[in-house]
Formats: sequence, C-alpha cells, structure tokens
Amino acid sequence: MTWVVNNLELILQLTLQHIRLSLLPIILGFVIALPLGWVAYRYRLTRGLVLTLVGLLYTIPSLALFVVLPPLLGIGFLSEANVLIALTIYAVAIMARSVADALASVDPDIRQAATAMGYSSWGRFWTVDVPLAGPVLLAGLRVVAVSTVSLLTVGIVVGVQSLGYLFTNGYQRGILASVLTGVVMTVLVALLFDRVLAMIGGRLMPWTRASAQNTAAPTSEAAA
Amino acid sequence: MNLFAEAIAWLLDPLNWQGSGSIAERVGEHLAYTAIAVLVAIIIAVPLGWWIGHTGQGKEIVVGITGAARALPSFGLIFLFVMLVGVGARVPAAVVVLMLLAIPPLLAGAYAGFEVIDRRTIDAARAMGMTEWQILWKVEVPLGLPLLFGGLRSAVLQVVATAVLIAYIGLGGLGYDIVQGIALRRYDQMLGSALLIIALALLLDAIFALLERYSVPRGVRAGRDTDVRTTPTGRRATADNPATT
Repeated sequence: MTWVVNNLELILQLTLQHIRLSLLPIILGFVIALPLGWVAYRYRLTRGLVLTLVGLLYTIPSLALFVVLPPLLGIGFLSEANVLIALTIYAVAIMARSVADALASVDPDIRQAATAMGYSSWGRFWTVDVPLAGPVLLAGLRVVAVSTVSLLTVGIVVGVQSLGYLFTNGYQRGILASVLTGVVMTVLVALLFDRVLAMIGGRLMPWTRASAQNTAAPTSEAAA
Repeated sequence: MNLFAEAIAWLLDPLNWQGSGSIAERVGEHLAYTAIAVLVAIIIAVPLGWWIGHTGQGKEIVVGITGAARALPSFGLIFLFVMLVGVGARVPAAVVVLMLLAIPPLLAGAYAGFEVIDRRTIDAARAMGMTEWQILWKVEVPLGLPLLFGGLRSAVLQVVATAVLIAYIGLGGLGYDIVQGIALRRYDQMLGSALLIIALALLLDAIFALLERYSVPRGVRAGRDTDVRTTPTGRRATADNPATT
C-alpha cells in the first residue's frame, strides 16, 4: 500500500497514457470495420472472404504482430505507431464480424418497408439499418474496447509506455504491489470504457432503455 | 523485404535446429504448455458448462466469468502469479495462468452448445422414455459438440498466443527467441520466430476449424437450412418466429 501512495503520480500518468493510447484503435477499428462488415453482410462471396481474413488476422499473437509489422510497413519497431496499428488490426478483426452480425439482425421486413417508402439504399443504411443494428454494434464495440485496453499492456515489450510498465518494471524489481496495481488499474480502465460506451449507447438509442424496462416488468410479474 | 529473407534464412539454418534451445525444442515446449493448460481447463470447464446447460442453473456465472475474463490483462497475470508463488514454481504458475485463460471460452462453448438446442428436441427425448443421463449423452452432448469445439478452438488460440509471453518470466516456448532477439537486437531471429508463431497459430486454427465443422451430427447436417445472413430479404421460419402466424 505504501508503494501505491509513493507512486501515485506515476500510476496516474500511466493510466492517462493508457486511456489515450486505447482510444485511437477503438475509434479507428469501428470506422474501418463498418464498411468492411457491410461488405461481409451484403454479398455472399465477400462474406466468406472478409470473415476468413479477419479471422486469420485475429489468430496472430500480439507479440508476433509487433515484430512483423515494422518491416512490412516501414515503421519503427519501438514506435507508438507499431502498437497502435497492431491494436487497430485486432479491433477491426473483432468489429467487422460484429457489424456483419448486427446488420443481419435487422428485420428484413423493416428493410423492405423502408425501401418501399422511397429510401435510397444509402439513406436507408444510415437512418434505418445502422440504428436498428445499434444494440449489436454496441455489444461488439464494448468487446473491442475491453480487449484493446487489455492488449495494450503487451506494448511495453516494444517500449510503448502504458500500464504494462508496472508489470515489467515491477517484476524486474520484485515489487508485487506494482504488478498488482497494474492488473487492477487495467481492469478499471477496461470497465471505464465499457461503462462510458454503454452510457453513450443509452443516449443514442433511447428506445433500447425503454424496451428494457417494458420487458422487465412482465417477466417479474410472471415470476411472482 | 530483405529482412524477411534473413528471417527465412534464420529459420532454415541447420545450426538453429540443433542442440538445446533449438527451434524444434521451442515448438515442442510451446505445444506442451498449450496442451497441458487446455487439458486441465477442459477437465474443469466442460463438466461445469454441461451441468449449467443441462440444469439451466447458474447461467449468470457463465456470462459473468466470460465478461470479466476479457478485461483481465493476461500479460500482467503471468507476472503476478509468478511473484505470488515464487520464481522456483514459475512453470506451474504459467500453466495456471494459461489454464485460467482457456476456461471462459470452454465454459461458454459447453454451456451454449446445450442452450441452443431446441427444447422440443429434449422434451421429445424425455417423452420417449430416455433417462436424464441418456438425454445428456445421447442428445445434448452430440448436438452441443460443434459449439463446444468452437470454444475449444478459441481457447487453444488464446493459450498459444499468451504462451508467447511466458518467455518474459524466463520460461521457454517460441517467445524465447523473440525476447532474446529484442535483447540482442537480432531482427532475423525475432522475425523468424514471429513468422513461426504465426504459422503455428494458423495451423492450429485450421485443425480446430475442421474439428468444429466435422463434429456436426449427420442428422443435423442433412436438415440444415441455408444461412439466414446470406439471404437478406425473405424470412425464414424459426422456433421463435413461425411462418404461420
């Protein structure tokens, strides 16, 4: 406990750094996965192709990806870009499948009704498909956020500072409190992202809150 | 691309395949850690998942464990466990961490395999006079096998990926050459072993994908419809959504 008190400033600084570095892969992953997931959802041929490709990318262990990316892309081995690109790849790999599943979860009748009412396919995608796919998209994004926060800790082995520093440094110097603090803080940052995303989702999709309440009432009655 | 040529040269160099710490030995260590961790996890998680799926009790446990496990940084857990038990016991510590990572996907796979079975199938089995034990082994286990193998596939991949990191606590496996390569600034060695790790992960993924595919019982495969997701218009009748209402 005294270690934590004495190193409060370091812990805070690493936590903020961790949050900063996690944000970009999560956002970029979502933005890239949206069109990719649509392509996977829309055409039978590309579905297999895209989902197989992202599946294979997700299979690559993080440390191996950190080593392979720099010579492929011509970036520095010890650069932040290396870790951020690797994490974005994982985010896209998880999210593209979620987007494809989310779009498939939209009732085809609603889609047909929207088309019949004169929506262009572009307009329908943004105003009908995406909002209705919202809950599944949000669930996917929460998984992406939590796993990005957890994976970022490995970045310390290629010199990118994050809460992972508390693991390696704590282990080398034999300070259990440091490693434990690192684990606890990483989980807390992951939970923070999860909560914030759930809140944003609730704001953007007020109907999901309403329906949750509506369906909760009858089941509790039935149970009683 | 020159670096890749050097990496391949490192991989093919006969000297790196001889003696202690050879590439073959590292692959063996890696697979041994993976196999032991996954086997122990299967012994713990599969019966528990089946029990939860069969009785329907404790579903929240599965959801809670799989959700919480995702947030835990496995890299940190490795260091934490070794420090807790002491460096002398770092092999069991590493195996325990790897096993903990394998449990959530296996538990979820075992449970979900039972959960997705049409309740009417189980009612029919019961009406035909099957005992609970027979329902378990002759109906639920075969029908749940594809999802269980799906969980096994995720578990193996998770463990193979994380076993790379146990080199940081001074253990072997394929991560060893990367960690040593970083320290010695030998990029050919790092890249060569990274490529080998990727190849190993992809190979295991392919093997378990095949297992997943061929575990679908013959009767289910024969009656299977086309995937709903590839037919965006047109509605398919399902249990929750019968066509005739």
